[in-house]
Amino acid sequence: MLTIATGNKAVAAAVKAAKPGVIAAYPITPQTEIVEQIAEYVNAGDLASQYIPVESEHSAMAACIGASAGGVRTFTATSSHGLLYMHEMVHWAAGARLPIVMANVNRALGPGWNTWAEHSDAFSQRDTGWLQVFVSTVQEAYDATLMAFKIAEDERVLLPVMVNLDGFALSHIMQSLETVDLGDFLPPYHLPHAVDTENPCVYGPMTGPDDYFRFRWDIERSMRDARGVIADVEREFAERFGRSYGPTEDYRCEDADVVVIAVGTLGKEAEVAIDLLRDEGIKAGSMRLRWFRPFPDLDLAGREVVVIDRDYSFGFGGVVANAVRAKTGVEPYSVIAGLGGQEVTYNNIAEFVRNRHPGEETWFGVSNHV
Amino acid sequence: MSAIPKEEYLFKCTSACAGCSSSLCLRYVLKAAGPDSVLVVPACCTSVLQGIYPGTAMNVPVYNIAFAAAAACASGMSNAFRSLGKETNVIVYAGDGGTVDIGIQALSGAFERGTDFLYICYDNEAYGNTGMQRSGATPLGARTTTTPGGKPTAKKDLDRIVAAHNPPYMATACSAYPLDLYKKVKKALSIPGPKFIHILAPCPPGWRYPSEKTVEMGKLAVKTGTWVLYEREFGKLSISGPSKAAMKKPAPLEDYIKGQGRFKNISPEIIDEMRQQVERNIQRLSREEAGIC
Ligand SMILES: Cc1ncc(C[n+]2csc(CCOP(=O)(O)OP(=O)(O)O)c2C)c(N)n1
Ligand code: SF4
Repeated sequence: MLTIATGNKAVAAAVKAAKPGVIAAYPITPQTEIVEQIAEYVNAGDLASQYIPVESEHSAMAACIGASAGGVRTFTATSSHGLLYMHEMVHWAAGARLPIVMANVNRALGPGWNTWAEHSDAFSQRDTGWLQVFVSTVQEAYDATLMAFKIAEDERVLLPVMVNLDGFALSHIMQSLETVDLGDFLPPYHLPHAVDTENPCVYGPMTGPDDYFRFRWDIERSMRDARGVIADVEREFAERFGRSYGPTEDYRCEDADVVVIAVGTLGKEAEVAIDLLRDEGIKAGSMRLRWFRPFPDLDLAGREVVVIDRDYSFGFGGVVANAVRAKTGVEPYSVIAGLGGQEVTYNNIAEFVRNRHPGEETWFGVSNHV
Repeated sequence: MSAIPKEEYLFKCTSACAGCSSSLCLRYVLKAAGPDSVLVVPACCTSVLQGIYPGTAMNVPVYNIAFAAAAACASGMSNAFRSLGKETNVIVYAGDGGTVDIGIQALSGAFERGTDFLYICYDNEAYGNTGMQRSGATPLGARTTTTPGGKPTAKKDLDRIVAAHNPPYMATACSAYPLDLYKKVKKALSIPGPKFIHILAPCPPGWRYPSEKTVEMGKLAVKTGTWVLYEREFGKLSISGPSKAAMKKPAPLEDYIKGQGRFKNISPEIIDEMRQQVERNIQRLSREEAGIC
């Protein structure tokens, strides 16, 4: 069905289609619309889930952990301080190997209260063992949320998935949305280690160094396997519903001399900049980074790279720039831009490319070059 | 005692301290709850005493969870079970620290939402797991590693906080009266909705008394009226048998205090203040039972 929706409403529509057994959530701007819409669905009888309106984000994730382990599909949504407040349980969910799906509406962190887009919230959960995907359109928010359940619940993965969408820049903008008839795309929820009183087991007890170490390795092995599972699920989604995605969304990259790497809506904005640069005779392309964990292989050989980070790891550098550097050996031109919702247009992005200084870092609007 | 089943769900040789009364209580709780039960356990002595992976001292599933998260985790699990049509008992077994301090927000939330579960707080009046620091449930005057001069403030009144949520059932219990505890767990689990049992669980290393005196210590708490056993069913309070007798003529408070190293060198003023607290509490509960409040 073709309709128009905000990014938030698209996530809620995907959750409705996925029919979780339990949804536990706590409101925070700009995610609130997701939990309100889900509450409406449940109230109207359009979604037969147990909706638990918890008293905090820490409890939201704890309730999802209990429910997921108890044997049902679960969902929650949060943003910014909500995500940070649940941090302890974010680690726990992955360590307990629970396929929880969470939408995170990316937002800056205080102080300096700021409700606009920034990726520091998601990246602060980088090492928790969650898969992380960043979307750039309303349609992609819907599609990625649906696929997230299937990827997370795959027995080769059994790790939680965070679907990230930019606060306001995507959560609150309207675009066309085609909802699908899911059919049997999502199989019934099956957790091999669901709590079962017929088979009493202890979960998360004291664990010595050797077993603990092996559990961590198991998480890493599943992260590696997740690359293949993501590809399989995205391929099946494309076959069934006609929309395809990949670890990155590449735009005019084949013959590009310079490639822009960015995340979320800035990655989409970059495509317009690429057209502009191409008209000027600059052979530019863009790779919008979709999956941040597991981190994809990037083919950047022989190209110059401009990385735009809507985040910063203080005392070190842009998180994406560092990842690109570490993974590919390429020294990018690192642009820090868009923090706290700072406006970054395609013209600005084109300017970053025209004025690039490989190996250097600049803060857009604050320091040198731009 | 013949009513209590022989089946064991807490096996012998746990890694609890000798004379640990909270693990004794756990044994009776599980006997009352039976095999179709899941324990949710936050960080506390109980996370340790069950043993090290892959072993377990328990014959029901145990879901260990982070310190602040027990009631919320149980909320999710209870909702999941009910949505699958399962009647399984979901029981939180949490220490006083995990209940009155860090976990109180989750506890309050789960009770307010009407979660169908039983929350048991075993109260050893300190943080046992981390080596005997004060908790909000540590009584006035007690020495802990973070109140080496004696706790300057009174025990947080958890029961009145829980009662303010109007749960259909709540009770107090004590490890020295296992039959009373057993019956209370049975009754709690027969009632739908959020239930609460607060167990006083004397702790030899925390209270600094010899481990063989654990039962005696619990009995003294009740006989001196320091700990009152009662039930509150749908708001109606009734004092339990062992406390009925004790409250008519409480034993001298000193009998309870003098055997515990944590009250060593306590001043007469503090003892006086403690005595007044005990009297106020007995009077309040008696009035409530008589319907005068
Ligand atoms: C967030 C967090 N802070 C601190 C701790 C350390 N910690 C573990 S158990 C515990 C005390 C538990 O005390 P209580 O709930 O009274 O149970 P007991 O150990 O006495 O059985 C503390 C402080 C923790 N696990 N998590
Ligand atoms: S410290 Fe106290 S409560 Fe903890 S195991 Fe030892 S006796 Fe039991």
